[in-house]
Amino acid sequence: MPAGEAVTSAVAVDPLAFAAIVGMALATYATRAGGFWMMRWLPMSRGVEAWLRHIPGAVIVALLAPMIARGGVPEIVGTAVAAAVMRLARHDLVAIVAGIATVAALRRLA
Amino acid sequence: MTEHLRPIAFTRAGALRGAREAMPMALSSIAFGLVFGVAARQAGLTLAEATLMSALVFAGSSQFVAIGIWGAPVPVFAIVVATLIVNARHLLMGAALRPWYSRLSRGRAYGSLFFMTDTNWPLQLQAFIRGEREGALLLGSGVFMLSTWVASTVLGHAMGAVIGDPRTWGLDFTIVAFFAAVLVKLWRGPGDVMPWIVAAAVAVAVHAALPGFWHVVAGALAGSIAGAARDARR
Repeated sequence: MPAGEAVTSAVAVDPLAFAAIVGMALATYATRAGGFWMMRWLPMSRGVEAWLRHIPGAVIVALLAPMIARGGVPEIVGTAVAAAVMRLARHDLVAIVAGIATVAALRRLA
Repeated sequence: MTEHLRPIAFTRAGALRGAREAMPMALSSIAFGLVFGVAARQAGLTLAEATLMSALVFAGSSQFVAIGIWGAPVPVFAIVVATLIVNARHLLMGAALRPWYSRLSRGRAYGSLFFMTDTNWPLQLQAFIRGEREGALLLGSGVFMLSTWVASTVLGHAMGAVIGDPRTWGLDFTIVAFFAAVLVKLWRGPGDVMPWIVAAAVAVAVHAALPGFWHVVAGALAGSIAGAARDARR
């Protein structure tokens, strides 16, 4: 295929693909802005505040738990190592690198 | 609470600090972006389509779902509905920022929210919880992560099938390790045990039963409501 044709096909955007991408962008922004926006109508009370305070940990746990549950031994050990290193070193990057290295090493052994 | 009446700052220095703090996560963003670029090409998206999607949607999981159901003709409605479902968890994340972001101008708050992801949202929220007033961390980290996400999508699409399996290097584990580190920082004491166990149990159960990211919404709602209900009885 001539170079000009390759360039044309790389920059081509199908109308339906464009519609899908714009639709995805609008839907995603609606979820990003929607929660913040809806809270206008939920007056701050001690109960609501307590609820909002519990959201961060609950969201992260809910994201993390199935990831660990469907992983194997390397993933479980890697998570424990990342958490332990985070407690000791108090530095995200160090904890993440330790977790990744643990998982890569254990997978190679398996 | 007087804490909630203090103004929130929104500075260039804060945005730059956000970008710096997001650097460990750029590693993950680049790895996922490369894989997304490769997968998007295989699914039949042109370079322009894949790049446009990464730049406008900027939500990895929903993009992977979209290319998973991509076809000719493109099933627009199914893709948009799937995107809403997968990204519904953002609703809770945005709600959690309300106490602080409500004190920013609308433009700054709603502009910053475009850049909110699973990984930079904890950075901003943790700063607020620590008592900091800087609100531009989300924007700075988000712009940085969007750039790496788009650049690596382009690179992945261009490199096509040349890339090996990122699993060999454990790079797919980056996000899990990051969440583990975030949890250590979010830990406030034994009072967190019960809500977290509820969140984990509900998330794992729903994950086994339903596709998409409903498990995050269900687990997070169950855990946070359980925690708030327990606190109310004290």
